[in-house]
Amino acid sequence: MYKGGRIIASLVVFVAILAFPFFYNLGKANAGPVINVPTGSQCVEPVAYMRANHMQLLNQWRDEYVRQGKTVYVNSQGKSFNINIDTCLQCHYSNSSTTSATAVSHPAVSTTGASNPAVNTTEASNSVVNPSDQFCVTCHNYASVEPTCWSCHNLPEGANQ
Amino acid sequence: MLEKALSGSKKYWAWIIFLLAVIAVGFFSYMRQFNYGLGLTGMSRDVSWGLYIAQFTFLVGVAAAAVMLVTPYYLHDFKRFGKMVILAEFLAIGAVIMCILFIFVDVGQPMRILNVLLYPQLHSVMFYDMCVLCGYLAINLIVGWTTLGAERKGVHYPNWVKPIIYLSIPWAFSIHTVTAFLYAGLPGRSFWMSAIMAARFLASAFAAGPSLLIILALIVRKVSKFDPDPDRNAIPSLVKIIRYAMIANVFFYLCEVFTAFYSNVPEEMASFKYIFVGIDGHATLVPWMWTAAFLAFLGIALLVFPTRKNPVLLPIALLSIYFANWIDKGVVLILAGFVPNSFDRVVDYIPTANEISIVLAVYAVGALIVTVLYKVAISVREQQQA
Amino acid sequence: MSINRRQFLKRAGAVTALGLGGSFATIGIGDRLASAASEYEEAPNADKIKHWAMVVDMSKFKTEEDINRVIQSCDKIHNIPQMDNSKDEIKWIWYDDYEHTFADSENEYLDETMKKMPFIVMCNHCENPACVRACPTGATFKREDGIVTMDFHRCIGCRFCMGACPFGARSFNFRDPRPFIKDFNPNFPTRTQGVVEKCLGCYERLENGEQPACAEASNGGLIFGDLSDQNSEVYKIVSTKFTIRRKTQFGTQPNVYYLVGGGDRA
Repeated sequence: MYKGGRIIASLVVFVAILAFPFFYNLGKANAGPVINVPTGSQCVEPVAYMRANHMQLLNQWRDEYVRQGKTVYVNSQGKSFNINIDTCLQCHYSNSSTTSATAVSHPAVSTTGASNPAVNTTEASNSVVNPSDQFCVTCHNYASVEPTCWSCHNLPEGANQ
Repeated sequence: MLEKALSGSKKYWAWIIFLLAVIAVGFFSYMRQFNYGLGLTGMSRDVSWGLYIAQFTFLVGVAAAAVMLVTPYYLHDFKRFGKMVILAEFLAIGAVIMCILFIFVDVGQPMRILNVLLYPQLHSVMFYDMCVLCGYLAINLIVGWTTLGAERKGVHYPNWVKPIIYLSIPWAFSIHTVTAFLYAGLPGRSFWMSAIMAARFLASAFAAGPSLLIILALIVRKVSKFDPDPDRNAIPSLVKIIRYAMIANVFFYLCEVFTAFYSNVPEEMASFKYIFVGIDGHATLVPWMWTAAFLAFLGIALLVFPTRKNPVLLPIALLSIYFANWIDKGVVLILAGFVPNSFDRVVDYIPTANEISIVLAVYAVGALIVTVLYKVAISVREQQQA
Repeated sequence: MSINRRQFLKRAGAVTALGLGGSFATIGIGDRLASAASEYEEAPNADKIKHWAMVVDMSKFKTEEDINRVIQSCDKIHNIPQMDNSKDEIKWIWYDDYEHTFADSENEYLDETMKKMPFIVMCNHCENPACVRACPTGATFKREDGIVTMDFHRCIGCRFCMGACPFGARSFNFRDPRPFIKDFNPNFPTRTQGVVEKCLGCYERLENGEQPACAEASNGGLIFGDLSDQNSEVYKIVSTKFTIRRKTQFGTQPNVYYLVGGGDRA
């Protein structure tokens, strides 16, 4: 092979650089997500289904609601839920010990672009709900996913005076 | 073949580095726009399209103009264009890529741009425009690259390319027709809603595109050992095409002016008044439009009379025609379509510095692509000559 | 070892294909379940209409207060930002005078009261909406109840719809609107930078059986209803009294009717 040695050496360096984050983090464990959902209750569908498909379900909800005008979701067990992001937030974005908890989420506080609530530590400091121990926030952070929901949708009520 | 673009003179590299610098500045401007939003441009609720879409419109014409060489050469076996046709195809590639970039920098949610493919809407002209533009890019890449590659090996290009070359002819007409339909099909924008819009677009494209091409050919002749027109008969033929296309373009324009003013329909006249005399003191486009009118007639005059054979006056004539069309289509047409607005009010548009630096960067990307492709073509040709 | 470039590329390609194929296979086998057996239903209290329409009774808009109350009712519940310059302005419902609202019906000798009358303007929820035709992603579409609505998740911000709308009913978020929302309503989403927006016909209120916010706040100045229902008030007004619409020449069939003569006279 013409200049084979150089090519293979370069390839090795290339792969090493590419794999650097993997080796760098090898053996270190990140804090896992905080799973503080109300016990004894089920999400809109069984846990295994939600774990694998919650994003697809959210997209389906979105399309059915916005485009078909359907406002109610009847799950596989025949139970009805309002198609609204608040339905999710009731369990996944609240302090489970104080159910009346409210978060300050005036949109003016958030910065431009996708404002993942977890990123906005300033918001967290003056809210009763601490985003850093919220299920969806911590899990998305753990998986390094930044949903853009919060650039339009609002975090739970009590946002304004 | 691309490796041929990696060796060049000091001047070549200086030019490349200059273009990269312009691109870098524009990239930072784009990042600012990306974070802040299109509020960083001069566009507004009333003039909701600006320089970006105007450049897109103009450059579609430049891309389509390649057909003015492809048709005579491949369809009518007009040998004079033999050396220049590759330059036209490569110019088309650069122009289409600029078009795509101008659309990209213009959308408010660039990360979602693939929604156009995910949810294709067959009733939207924009969907068809995307199809024809991408198709035209592919056609020119395939044709240009294969024919040049064959030439390098000293063989005839493979037969399978022939149908694609023929396809490129109607396709070139389609890209500019569909682009005209973007505007001509909108109710309530009387400046655009004209049946002759597509014909005007094609006429101005066939004047501006080949003008730019001749200027590039003259530059190529100057900076390299390759002469795109060794027998001195390709450029005069192209000049004839430019002359008639430009005369047709001006004629079509006058048809529009006549229809608007003789019918005396207020909305038909309003935009023309805005660009030639201004409305209620709003006259930002007036100097531009008169410059364009002057350049158009100057260019035609220089090409009609024997001045077209003068080596100094010819480039002046071509530049006049190019810039007359650029002002008409790349500045005025899009902006004036929004004036007056739906409430019969005049809102001016002034581009911001940030916006202009993005426009320049996209042009620099186009120039870079054309430079690299021309470098490859020139190197192949120089090898042949040696 | 002596392999030429072609062989090298072939082998490298094969290894890459193997890797990619393997990763697709593992993703495919993952713990994905078939779509859950489920269905979607419409809101139980929804005001089921087929033809969204609005009548503007000009006799009811006498003072500036009458107008502002209506506009503010919409601005507040829909989180409309109050931009600090006219360039970036977002408007769902606003007003203009006769000459500009009906720009094509010029009349130099028009009587003064008519000339100064403030006309409420908003999206006309046209029967043949030009914006829907133009939209390349289906982000703007017409619902079965006649509302021309927007899927803000899908909008790419190309602004073709703004060029297409002959009524100037559409606004673009030239920047993040959130810092400019004066009176924030947490129960309605805001919009984000880079999408187009307009009046959505208060779909969110209709699904609870409520009137559109502007109609509710107008003290009878804005009459909302279903034009396909012959017993509705809008049908009765439009079919028995003289009403005008904006820019009918474009064939979009706007659904906002202006009752200019006044209800009492007709």
